[in-house]
Order: sequence, then C-alpha cells, then structure tokens
Amino acid sequence: MVNTKVNLCGITLDNPVIPASGTFGYGYEFAEFYDINILGTFSFKGTTKEARYGNPLPRIAECTAGMINSVGLQNPGVEAVIKEELPKLKACFHKPVMANVSGFSLEEYTEVCAALDKEPQIGWHEVNISCPNVSKGGMSFGTTEEAAAAVTRAVKAVTKKPVIIKLSPNVTDIASIAAACEEAGADGISLINTLLGMRIDLKTRKPVIANKMGGFSGRAIFPLALRMVYQVRQAVKIPIVGIGGVARARDVIEMMLAGATAVQVGAENLVNPFVCKEIIETLPTEMRKWGIEDLSEIIGGAHECQKM
Amino acid sequence: MKQAIYKVTSNKRIAENIYEMILEGNTTGILPGQFVNIKLDGFFLRRPISIADCEEGCLTLLVKVLGEGTQAMSEITEDSYLDLLTGLGNGFDLSKSTRKPLLVGGGIGCAPLFYLCKQLCSRGIEPAVILGFNHAGEIYYEEEFRRLTPQLTIVTADGSRGIRGFATDAMAAASYEYFYTCGPEPMLRAVANVAVTEGQYSLEERMGCGFGACMGCSCKTKYGSKRICKEGPVLESGEIIW
Repeated sequence: MVNTKVNLCGITLDNPVIPASGTFGYGYEFAEFYDINILGTFSFKGTTKEARYGNPLPRIAECTAGMINSVGLQNPGVEAVIKEELPKLKACFHKPVMANVSGFSLEEYTEVCAALDKEPQIGWHEVNISCPNVSKGGMSFGTTEEAAAAVTRAVKAVTKKPVIIKLSPNVTDIASIAAACEEAGADGISLINTLLGMRIDLKTRKPVIANKMGGFSGRAIFPLALRMVYQVRQAVKIPIVGIGGVARARDVIEMMLAGATAVQVGAENLVNPFVCKEIIETLPTEMRKWGIEDLSEIIGGAHECQKM
Repeated sequence: MKQAIYKVTSNKRIAENIYEMILEGNTTGILPGQFVNIKLDGFFLRRPISIADCEEGCLTLLVKVLGEGTQAMSEITEDSYLDLLTGLGNGFDLSKSTRKPLLVGGGIGCAPLFYLCKQLCSRGIEPAVILGFNHAGEIYYEEEFRRLTPQLTIVTADGSRGIRGFATDAMAAASYEYFYTCGPEPMLRAVANVAVTEGQYSLEERMGCGFGACMGCSCKTKYGSKRICKEGPVLESGEIIW
C-alpha cells in the first residue's frame, strides 16, 4: 500500500488533490456527480463581504490548451455563505474545507476571515490577493511585497486557523512576495492564480471577453506554474499548494517534486467534472510506476537532486 | 448531468452551413430544451449544442458552422466516438403549455423547438409553428415539422421562400395562448415586444463548464442571477430583464 497522505499546515489530507476555487462552487453540486469525500479537500468559491454579481457577459473565451475567465468574484457574500452554502455542504462533505476569501480593503479581508474562522468546517483560509478581474483593490494587494504582507498580518491577527496566501503570477518576482508573506506570518502559500490574458473576435474585431481581459488557465499554464512553485520553494519554508494546469496524476507528482505539499486542480474540472476523482484513483498506480511509496517524501524532491 | 461516450452514426449537411449529427447512446431522461456539452479533439472547452431530437438510444443535434469549434464538428465522420455531458439545463416546461401554444424559431434556434414540438404532439397538443430564416437556402426540417403539425409558417427575410419578413411579423399576426421561442438575441427581444401572452425563451451564452460550476454564464434576472447552463437555458417571460 502506498501512502498518499500529506500534512497541510497541521491538517492531514487523505491525498493532495484539491479542486481550486471558482471551479467547484460550494462543493455540494459536485456531490451529485461523485462522493466528494474522496478529495483531500476543496477550496470554495471566492467569497467577499457583500454579495457580488460579478462582471458583464461574455465572461469566457476558448484558448489553445486553456481558457480565459472573467467572472469577477460572483458570490452571495459571506453571510449567505455561512447561512446557506455551508449547511448544504455539511450534509455531503465531512472534511475540513478551504475557505477562499477575496477583498477590496484590509477591513474586508479581516471581516470575512474573522466571520469564517468561527465556522467549524473551515480548515484553512486561502486568501486571494491575486484575482486579476477586479478593477480596483484585488490586484494591487498581490503585486507588492508591502501590500501582500499587510493583508497577511491583518488576517493573521483575527484568525486562529491556518492562513494560506494565494499569489498572482502577474508580477516581476513572485518569490520575494511569497517571502514577504511568510515573514508576515502566513502559514502557507498557494500559487498560481490565473495569468492575465486576452482574445479578439475576428468577426467583430473586439475583445471576446466583455471586460476585455481575463484570467488564463488550463493545461497550457502548467510549466509556468511549476516553475513558479519551484522558485517559491527556494524562497520559503512554509507549505506550498501548487496550482496551474494540473490534469493528471503525474502532474500532481511533478508539482510536488517542484515543492508543493498539495495540488489544486482548476480549469480541468470545467471540461471533465470527474477529473479529481480520476486523479485520486490513478495516483497510487502512478506512484508505484515511479517508485514512490510515501507521497509526502517527494515534496521538493527536484531541489534535493540539484544539490547532489 | 451524465457523462457518456456516443457513436456518430451520421453527420451530413442539410442546409447552408447547417449540419445534422445523429448519435447513438444513452438517452434516458433527456428533456426538450436541454443541451449537451461536447468534447472535441484539439479544443479545450466543450461545445454546448441544443438537442434537436431524441428517441430511445438516438440523439439528433443540429449544428450551424459559426466558428472553429462548429467547423470541426461539421467535419466529424461517421463511426467516430464523442464524449458528451448530457441532461444539461432545465429544458422547456411543458406543463405551462395551453391547448394552443405557438413555437417561434429563428435560424439555428429552430432546432430545440423540433423536439419540443414532438413532445407537445405526443401529449395531444398541436402547436402552431413559425420558423424564420434569412433566405431559402438556410431552411431545414420544414418537412419534419410539417409531419407533426399542419400549422407551419415559414418566413424568410428576403422573401425567397414563404412569407417575406421576420418570424416576429408572423407572430404578431398569429393567435395563441402561450409561446415558446428560441433564436438570436435580437429576435428574442422582438418576440418580447410583440408577444401578447406569457411564454418561455431559450437563451444562449458563452459557457465555461455547462453544468453550473464556473459562473461563466450567469445573467441578471428579475429574481436574482441565474446560470444560463443550470437554471436556464429556458427562462420565463416574467423573469427576463431585456
């Protein structure tokens, strides 16, 4: 028997597979497709203080080996999440869930995190300081070391549960921002969020996305995400959640070798709603294929090889 | 929602830029007005296509070539296998229909009305049907509809077949107690302007997943936001904000 368990900021996951925020709703709708308790955990839809409708339509564009989305943090607001979404989730998911939080001010981040910190089913806060879709606020927190550290400190001051900061790849030096978050008290780092991208419709000669630009994700971004996980691993000691283009069990292993403790699966959920189940089911076979008995032992393995 | 593999038993051009694809596979529980989401080689996102007809083990899709994805679909050969998500969307609510419903279709939007028409007929309701096209070359399924109902009106914008004008011109002259419509957005807006009863609109939007996960197709309604792929694609006249 191979061991797929990993420890993410003090909480043991049965396996490192985590559906990424924004591709799995609040979870219960996927419970109609398969038993979501097989997941390591999942990160729920980005939640803000107030309800948000999000950006105008169209919000989606096709790309080679990926897609652009510009949903703009549509969510019912933290109060409705606590009153309506979490009770529905509790009925079908019996593990700690990752709460994905977004905000437009330090006060909003702290208010939302403080409210969610009291909810027993929340295991971790994943603080999104990187959403490229929101014209004011969201982007700026993730693009400087000072702002990223300020959000980290503010959220840490009002929460007891582990705080994972989700970073944007749309920066010059992601490793220095990760280091600033660690210094400010972050318990973990997740990366990468989507890359700012664009498509133009040849017929209308206008951007496909109503908001002109959006976040590019999907298989195409895997090498970029892997590289950034590798760079951040060299800059911080806290656990890393690797995100970007993961679609198969071997991608999970590769991401962990780069330094990730756990891995999120995003866009692939939207084209294959069963992908996380398939990855979890094929992971033991893939581990045996590469001579891995204990998955947690390979975390950052690519770095050790380099030192030799 | 279900995921399954379907065999393409035929795929042929039936009108200008319109292809009829017949698929063999599980069709249990598929409702008129629902859609399937098709995985295509070489494309990341699936392609949502409405269901034109459904009999046991046999699914018919009508595809208008508009972009790269639909072009690829038109080139799929017999005996290929396709990965489909089925049972997507709410579908038309047939229980709201009166004895005299009117179906109004425009262009490729006529497709989902065929399966609806068939289902209404099987319940002993004989709808009147208005199908609008740009010109005669784009007309499809005229005979198929006529076999279901004698009350069929064909309208073309250039007058090359049937009545000259728009589907909504014919609708304004028709007598009906309820309506179902599907077509391009400008046509649906025009339907809303001429309609004298309540009815149901099948809407279209660019989608990410097609099954409610990504919020890529959420539109504002009078009763909060609704996902076109999940709470839609069929919305009632009383809830749409035009």
